[in-house]
Amino acid sequence: MAAEIQDPIIRVRDITVQFGATRVLDGLNLDVKRGEILGFVGPSGAGKSVLTRTIIGLVPKVAGSIEVFGVDLDSSSTSQRRNVERRWGVLFQQGALFSSLTVRQNIQFPMREYLRVSQRLMDEITMAKLTMVGLKPEVAERFPSELSGGMIKRVALARALSLDPDLVFLDEPTSGLDPIGAGDFDELVRTLQRTLGLTVFMVTHDLDSLYTACDRIAVLGNGKIIAAGSIADMQASQHPWLRQYFHGKRARAVMG
Amino acid sequence: MSGDPKLERIAKGNALALCATGTWTASFAPVLERMVADAEKLAGTPQSIFIDVSEVAKLDTFGAWLIERLRRSLTQGAVEAQIAGLSANYSSLVDEVRRVRAAAAVDNDPITISGMLEQIGRAVAGVAGTVAGLVDMLGAVLAAWFRVLVHPRSFRLTSTVHHMEQVCWRAVPIIVLITFLIGCIIAQQGIFHFRRFGADIFVVDMLGVLVLREIGVLLVAIMVAGRSGSAYTAELGSMKMREEIDALRTMGFDPIEVLVLPRMMALVLALPILAFLGAMAALYGGGLVAWLYGGVQPEAFLLRLRDAISIDHFIVGIVKAPVMAAVIGIVACVEGLAVQGSAESLGQHTTASVVKGIFFVIVMDGIFAIFFASIGM
Repeated sequence: MAAEIQDPIIRVRDITVQFGATRVLDGLNLDVKRGEILGFVGPSGAGKSVLTRTIIGLVPKVAGSIEVFGVDLDSSSTSQRRNVERRWGVLFQQGALFSSLTVRQNIQFPMREYLRVSQRLMDEITMAKLTMVGLKPEVAERFPSELSGGMIKRVALARALSLDPDLVFLDEPTSGLDPIGAGDFDELVRTLQRTLGLTVFMVTHDLDSLYTACDRIAVLGNGKIIAAGSIADMQASQHPWLRQYFHGKRARAVMG
Repeated sequence: MSGDPKLERIAKGNALALCATGTWTASFAPVLERMVADAEKLAGTPQSIFIDVSEVAKLDTFGAWLIERLRRSLTQGAVEAQIAGLSANYSSLVDEVRRVRAAAAVDNDPITISGMLEQIGRAVAGVAGTVAGLVDMLGAVLAAWFRVLVHPRSFRLTSTVHHMEQVCWRAVPIIVLITFLIGCIIAQQGIFHFRRFGADIFVVDMLGVLVLREIGVLLVAIMVAGRSGSAYTAELGSMKMREEIDALRTMGFDPIEVLVLPRMMALVLALPILAFLGAMAALYGGGLVAWLYGGVQPEAFLLRLRDAISIDHFIVGIVKAPVMAAVIGIVACVEGLAVQGSAESLGQHTTASVVKGIFFVIVMDGIFAIFFASIGM
C-alpha cells in the first residue's frame, strides 16, 4: 500500500471479519483521506458491503481497530459514538427509506432527533436538500412506494445528507440506474463533495463512476486491499483481476 | 476551533452591513434562526443593507440557507440585498441554496363535521367492499380448486404439507395446553356453583355439551385466526411488497393457485384436527378437575358423560371447523394481497386480518347455532 496518509478521516487497521468458518475480511488496512471520493471496488462477494457495514458498526469484527474522525469506535463512549454517527450519512444499497413516512418526513427524521430547529426551517432545509439532489419539491409529500428506483436513491442521498455530514458512505449508489441517471448521480456526488466539503466512501461496480467521480480507488480481494491509488495506477497494475477489470471489454468501451 | 455565531450590525457610510461571524452550521441552528428572525425586522428601513459573510468560519446548508432566507426577506422590490465577502469555498453552496424555491406550506386538512361524516360514510361503504372482496376471493379459490380437481397434477402437495406442518402440527402444543386449561376452569366454576344445589354431577353434562358443541371449535378457531391468519397475511403482504406476487404472475402462475390454495387447504384440514384435539384436552382437563376438586371419580365421570352427550354434539362441533377455517383463510389472504408498499400498511392489514377473522368466526358460529336449533340437533 502507499505511504501512510496524514490525518485520515477513516483509519482501518487489521480488520478481521468472520461469518462462521468463512473469513470475509482478513487483516485489512485502509485509510480514507479527508475530502476525497474513494471508490471501492472488488469482485462480487468479496466483502465490500461487509467492510462498509463493519466500519459503520453493523457487522461485528473479530479483530482490528477502526477510527473515524480520530475516534476509536471500540473504546469510545456512547456520547462520542453518537457524535460520530451524527457526522456521517449512509446511503444503503436499496435506499432503506422508512416506508411509512413521506419523503419529507424521511429527510427530516434525523433533524428531528438531533437538532432542535423549527418546523419551518426543517421544511426549508428539506426543500434545499431535494433541490440539491435534483428532485422537484412536489416529491416531498410522496411515499417511498410511489417513487422510481432513481428517485429512491436520490431521496436516500438527501436523507444521508440531511444533517450536513462530513462523511458519507454510498453502497452501490448507481446500481439499478440507467446510464444517464447514473452519470447524473456521479455528477451530483461530485458537486456535493465540492460544495459541502464531503468525504465520500463509495462502493461501486460502475466503471464510469470510477473514471468520472472518484479521486482514488481501493480494490478488495481475498479479504485484503490488493491495490489503492489513482485510476492510472490501477490501469498500470499487473494484478490479474485488476487487469481484467480495467482492460476488459467493458472497460475499453468506457475509455472509448 | 471557532466561536459561536454572531450577526453584528455595522453602519458603513449610508449602508448597513450585517456581519456574520463564527460557525454557521446545523448545531447552532436554533441560535442562528433567532438571529436571522431578528435581523429580518430590518426589512423596510430606507437604508440599503448588505450581508457580509467574510468572517464566517464554517458554513453548511443550514447556515447558507438562513443567510439566503435573510437575503430574500431584506430584498425589497427591485432592489436585491447583496451578499458580500463570500469565499470561493462557500460560493457554490450559496449558489446551490439560491436555487431553492420557498418551501411549500403543508396544508393539513382541518377537522370539520362534514369531514367526519364523510369518513363515517366511507367506512360504511367500505364494509360492502370488504364483503365483496371476501366473496371475490372465495370464488377465485373455488375456481382454482376446480381447476385442480380437473388437473390433479397442478395441485401443490409439498406446499400444502409444509403449511399443514406450520398451522397444524406446530400448533398442537399451545392449542392443547390452552383448551386443557379452559376445560379445567369450566369444570371448577361449574362445580363451585352447582354444589350449592347439590347438583355437582351435572357439571359433566355442562362440560360435555359446552366443549363439544361450542368452546372446543370456537376457541381453537379464534386461536388459529390469531396464530395462522396473521402469519398468512404477513407472508402474502411482504411478498406483495417485494413484487414477488407480480413476479409469479409474469411467469404465468396464478398466485391464487400457488399461494392461496395450499394455505387454504392446509387450514381447512388443520382446524377439524385441532378442534378435535382441543375438545379432548378440554374434556380431560375438566375430568381431572372434577376428580381432584369435585370428588367425581373418573369412572363416574365417564359414565355420566356417555349419558349426557350423543354423537350429534360432536358432529355439530366438528362440522363447523372446516367452514370457520375457510373463513379465516379467505380473510387472511384477502388482507395479505391488499397490502400496499409500506411497513405500516402491512401492520394494519395484519391487524385487520385477525380482527375480521375472529369477527366472522363468531358470526358463523351464531348462524350455525340458529341452523342447528332449527333442525333440532
